[in-house]
Amino acid sequence: MNEITLRLNDEPVRLPAGTSLADALQAWHYADRRVAVAVNGEFVPRSGYAEQLLRDDDRIDIVAPVGGG
Amino acid sequence: MNAAQDDTLTLYGEAFASRFLLGTALYSSPTVMQEAIRASGCEMVTLGLRRQNPASGDGDAFWQILRDSGCRLLPNTAGCRSAREAITLAQMSRELFDTPWIKLEVIGDDYNLQPDPFGLLEAARELIDQGFKVLPYCTDDLILCQRLRDAGCEALMPWGSPIGTGLGLMNRYALTTLRQRLDVPLIIDAGLGAPSQAAEAMEMGFDGVLLNTAVAKAQRPALMAEAFAEAIRAGRKAHLAGLMQQRQTASPSTPTVGQPFWHRDGA
Repeated sequence: MNEITLRLNDEPVRLPAGTSLADALQAWHYADRRVAVAVNGEFVPRSGYAEQLLRDDDRIDIVAPVGGG
Repeated sequence: MNAAQDDTLTLYGEAFASRFLLGTALYSSPTVMQEAIRASGCEMVTLGLRRQNPASGDGDAFWQILRDSGCRLLPNTAGCRSAREAITLAQMSRELFDTPWIKLEVIGDDYNLQPDPFGLLEAARELIDQGFKVLPYCTDDLILCQRLRDAGCEALMPWGSPIGTGLGLMNRYALTTLRQRLDVPLIIDAGLGAPSQAAEAMEMGFDGVLLNTAVAKAQRPALMAEAFAEAIRAGRKAHLAGLMQQRQTASPSTPTVGQPFWHRDGA
C-alpha cells in the first residue's frame, strides 16, 4: 500500500495514501478530544474533517486549551 | 456608593460588573488558579491554545475549572508572529471555545514581546470582517490605537509595559494621551506588577486591567488576586469621584480663621 509522510505537530508520521483527516484523527487518538486542527497553516473546521484528504508533506497542527495570559 | 455599584464595563455591548480580567497561565497548580480566579471576582479569563500530544490528557482539569468558574473565555493568539498565524489560531479558538471573542496578539520582537502594529492591524481588520469580537493587545501608540478603533475594534488593550516585567505604567504621557483621545474602552494589558499600579491605571481613567504574572507568581496568588481586585475598585471609584488638582504650594486644609495661640512677634 502506498504511504505518505506528513508532519504532525512538527513530528514525522506515516499514513496510508488517501487517508482523510477524520480517519487520521481517529488513528492518532484525537477523535474525542477537545482539539482544533489546521492543515498547512489553514484552519479546518470539524465539518471538513471527513472530506479533507491528507497528502504527502502536509503539515498538521492539532491544538488544545492551555493556560494563557 | 450607588454610582460605583451601577458602574459596569461594557465590551461589544456586553456588561461586566468586574473590571479585572485574569490570565490562567503560570499557576503552580489548577487548584491554585481556581482559588485565584474566585478571589479576583473576575468575569473574564484569558487562555491559550498549544499543540497537544494525544497521550497528554493534562488539560482536562484545567478545562473543567474554567468551565465551572462561569467566566467568559477570552482566548488569545499568544506567540503568533504574523497576521496569518494569528487569524488561523483565532479561527481555531472560535471553534474550540465556541466564542467570537479573541485577545489578538501579533508579536513583533522576541526580546520584549512588543506587538507588531502592522500585523496586528491587518489581522484585526480581517477578524472583524469575519465577525470576531477583537480585543487587540497593542502598544500605547496613539495612531495605531486610532487605526484599530477605525477598523472596528470596540475596545483596545494597550500595554503598561512588556509582558511579565511588572514594571507598571512605563509611559504615562502616551497612556494619558490615549485616554484623552479615544472614547472606546481601554484595558491596560500586561506589565503590571503591583496593585498600586493597577489603581493608578484606573485613576487615570482606564476601563479595566488584564494581568496574569503578578497574581500567578505571587507567594499567595489568591490573596494577591484579592489585593488587585480591591485596588482596581478603589482606582475606579477615585476616577469617578474626580481627583483633585495637584499644586506646588501648600494650602491649609483646616480653617485658619479662629486659630488659637495666634503667632505674635516675640511671643
